[in-house]
Amino acid sequence: MKYFKFFLIIIFVFIFQISNAVENDLGIKITKNLRCLICQGQSVYDSDSEFANSVKILVSQKLKEGFSEKEIYIFLKDKYGEWILYEPEFNKNTYFLWLLPVFMFLLGGAIVFKIFILKKN
Amino acid sequence: MKIKIIPFFIIILFLVFFGVFFKGLKNSNIYVPSYNFEKEIPSFTVSLFDSNNEINSDEIFNENKYYLMNIWSSWCVPCREEHQYLMELSKVKNLEIIGLNYKDNIANAKNFLDELKNPYSSIISDPDGLIAIEWGAYGVPESFLIYNKKIIKKIVGPLNDNLVIEISELIK
Amino acid sequence: MFSLIGFYSLVLSSSLSFLIIFFSIKNLKNSKVFDKRIIFFTFLQFFLVLISFLGLIISFINSDFSNETVFNHSHTTKPLFYKITGTWGNHEGSLLLWLLVLTLFISLFIIKSRQQPTRYRILTLLFQQVIIIGFFIFLLKTSSPFNYIFPIPTEGLGLNPILQDPALAIHPPILYLGYVGSSIIFSSALSAMSLNYISREWASHIKYWVLVSWIFLTLGILLGSIWAYYELGWGGFWFWDPVENVSLMPWLALTTLIHCVIVLEKRLILTSWVVILSISTFTLSMCGTFLVRSGILNSVHTFANDPERGLFILIFLFTLIFLSLFIFFFFHKENHKINNSVSLISKETSIIINNWFMMYFLSVILVGTVYPIFLDVISSEKISVGPPFYNKLIIPFLIPFLFFMTIGPKLKWIKSDIKDRVYLVSFFLISLLLSILIIKNLNLKFLFNTILITFAFYLFFITLRDFFVIKNKNLSQIVAHFGFSLFILSILFNNIFTTEIITNLKVGEVYTSKKIQIKFENINQKQSQNYKSFIGKFSIENDKGNVEIMEPELRIYNQPNIITSEADIKTNLLSDRFITMNTVQSQDYFNIRYQIKPFMFWIWLSVLLIATGGFLRLFKRYEN
Repeated sequence: MKYFKFFLIIIFVFIFQISNAVENDLGIKITKNLRCLICQGQSVYDSDSEFANSVKILVSQKLKEGFSEKEIYIFLKDKYGEWILYEPEFNKNTYFLWLLPVFMFLLGGAIVFKIFILKKN
Repeated sequence: MKIKIIPFFIIILFLVFFGVFFKGLKNSNIYVPSYNFEKEIPSFTVSLFDSNNEINSDEIFNENKYYLMNIWSSWCVPCREEHQYLMELSKVKNLEIIGLNYKDNIANAKNFLDELKNPYSSIISDPDGLIAIEWGAYGVPESFLIYNKKIIKKIVGPLNDNLVIEISELIK
Repeated sequence: MFSLIGFYSLVLSSSLSFLIIFFSIKNLKNSKVFDKRIIFFTFLQFFLVLISFLGLIISFINSDFSNETVFNHSHTTKPLFYKITGTWGNHEGSLLLWLLVLTLFISLFIIKSRQQPTRYRILTLLFQQVIIIGFFIFLLKTSSPFNYIFPIPTEGLGLNPILQDPALAIHPPILYLGYVGSSIIFSSALSAMSLNYISREWASHIKYWVLVSWIFLTLGILLGSIWAYYELGWGGFWFWDPVENVSLMPWLALTTLIHCVIVLEKRLILTSWVVILSISTFTLSMCGTFLVRSGILNSVHTFANDPERGLFILIFLFTLIFLSLFIFFFFHKENHKINNSVSLISKETSIIINNWFMMYFLSVILVGTVYPIFLDVISSEKISVGPPFYNKLIIPFLIPFLFFMTIGPKLKWIKSDIKDRVYLVSFFLISLLLSILIIKNLNLKFLFNTILITFAFYLFFITLRDFFVIKNKNLSQIVAHFGFSLFILSILFNNIFTTEIITNLKVGEVYTSKKIQIKFENINQKQSQNYKSFIGKFSIENDKGNVEIMEPELRIYNQPNIITSEADIKTNLLSDRFITMNTVQSQDYFNIRYQIKPFMFWIWLSVLLIATGGFLRLFKRYEN
């Protein structure tokens, strides 16, 4: 019983966190989520390449113009494709990506559950 | 009978995985943002290289001819190598070459052109690299073949013999 | 000359495989005594591969550029240490290293398995030879390290300077020891399954291989992260890059396997699952090899991309998979007669729950790494799956995971009441209060972080208490779990308290903020064996008046002609100070990045502790 209560609290906290998540500097958060396209596996934030520096300037400019985080991503996606974003969006291309692990978790839970239901019989 | 379904299903699953990986090997993994359709050129205001006048993109790509916009810098080594092809193409009648000077120092850029000659009918200044981003470029050199304010072909990397032939074919 | 010796030694060694297989099959039919010839040939095979490997090393040391691999990856001005370690810093050489470790481990297996049934030993050898032959064919046909080029160049192309680092030099051998260990587990599981030998005795025996493999894999991954931190210059050590993920997946499978083998050793349950895990671990290692070397993935550390090699590994990998599937479905019998009862609250339960979470983490990483390939093939869309994905899906689940890790070991086998409820609860409250205090004082609104830190502290305190109270009984598990709690805590605090300053400075300029003053004193030049360096001197003063001098470098290597930025990192127990200096195109100032990164040392130490836990287990005397 105690364990179930813990689980409920955890799920509640998870939902809470998603709505409360605040990054101190939005520019940093955005550039950390952008791939440096001429580097091999670095974010725009981490990279010092010409492309990365230009994107950093672009992001701070757009933020000053009042673009939201999402709007900046849409702008860059239009130019470079979804590949530039490190966090995959949740659209028809990525349903399986996000849901498959969750499904695996539930499947595992079902198996664990089954082991104990079986024993009770 | 029921028990046999699981092995069967698993084997099919792995066969599918094999197929996907096999096909994946064939695909190139060099990512080039692809244009499957003709894209409109971006609209922007920018200052010219040699004057400091501001000009709008509409004015540059106005006429009924082909344009090749070439992104270049004096510090870019492959740009030196492709320059001869640009000089070659600058002689073609219905093709005009526009230069985008990318994150460059004006003095160095001028020296570059003095040394290797100037194929550009006009040159746009892009000190921060923002205009290049508008075009969806990410490196230098890159070139865009334009007609009727639409991008027909995007070339990533320096020009070579094959590409020059391709361009010549396209502008006939 | 040495390359020639190396080549023929390799060819000879490969031909031994057929002899070994022939005699093994013969011996299986008449298996009273282990045929000594098989043992002899196996040892000989290892010896010949060793000669081959030494031949390659000597070729590198001599800068023998008639050898194509040496030409492609070495240079006369490279320091001797890196000439030697450059032997395995390339595709062909690293494969030869694989073979070396494969043949070494199977020889060790023969020595260490004398107590085991003969047929089991022979069959394990047989399966292992299948793997060894696969590698031989791969090596000789597509990736020979002994290709001859003519005319002989006078100079080589050099080794990428970021690979010229001590941590990276030993990272592959250690890592491969882990991977190859898992190949023994693989062969052993297939063999035991075919002979219906999945039992408590088998579990006891294979446990040591699982532990050894796991320890090396842990250390190998640690070394890779240390290299990334010190060498790559962005101050991070894990990026959920495909190559990193590919080493983490077998590690997760192995960790799960350790826990299961411990159960299997005591009670005959979870047999199918142990077999599946044993097969999966090596499969994941091979799958990783495929992903990294075939060019199918983009990554910071892929080897030279070659689809032909990729195709070979792919076929090899799936041959192994289908072989295992076939044997599993054909031979494996679940033993229903054994009493499988497991009470709800018992150590078995907590291990099953551990498995549940570990497999979830594994599936997150597997899906994240492999999904872009599937999407690209099916719909030609290219997406990236980066750190935000993994963080979102893994971190929340760490909370219940840490909780079960804390109370799990406290439960008894089969059934127990939770003893010592008093201190279990009171420690939990202490952890909670401590976390709230920390988070509140920093005005951080993250309720989530509080809970995460609470549970990490909980594990931390409980294991710490156990260390002093229980002492020797379960020392390995206490140390390993304590290490893990320290790991989570260090990473959390590092993430929360890291500060970074990015600024542009010319020589002589100063950056000032409330807490820090950075002065760019000067730049000096220095010439080394194979590079020229520009060393910037910075004096950094904090608000307490302490001054620290840091000297990041820019290096211009001669061959290949690459410029690298070397960070200067100052470490103490509390934090690392990390500074890099980079040129800015067409400008006369430099871009300076200065970071204060707390608890880096504890991150490394905690992983070392985790490995130590496993190490201690090797010496534990089993108590009835």
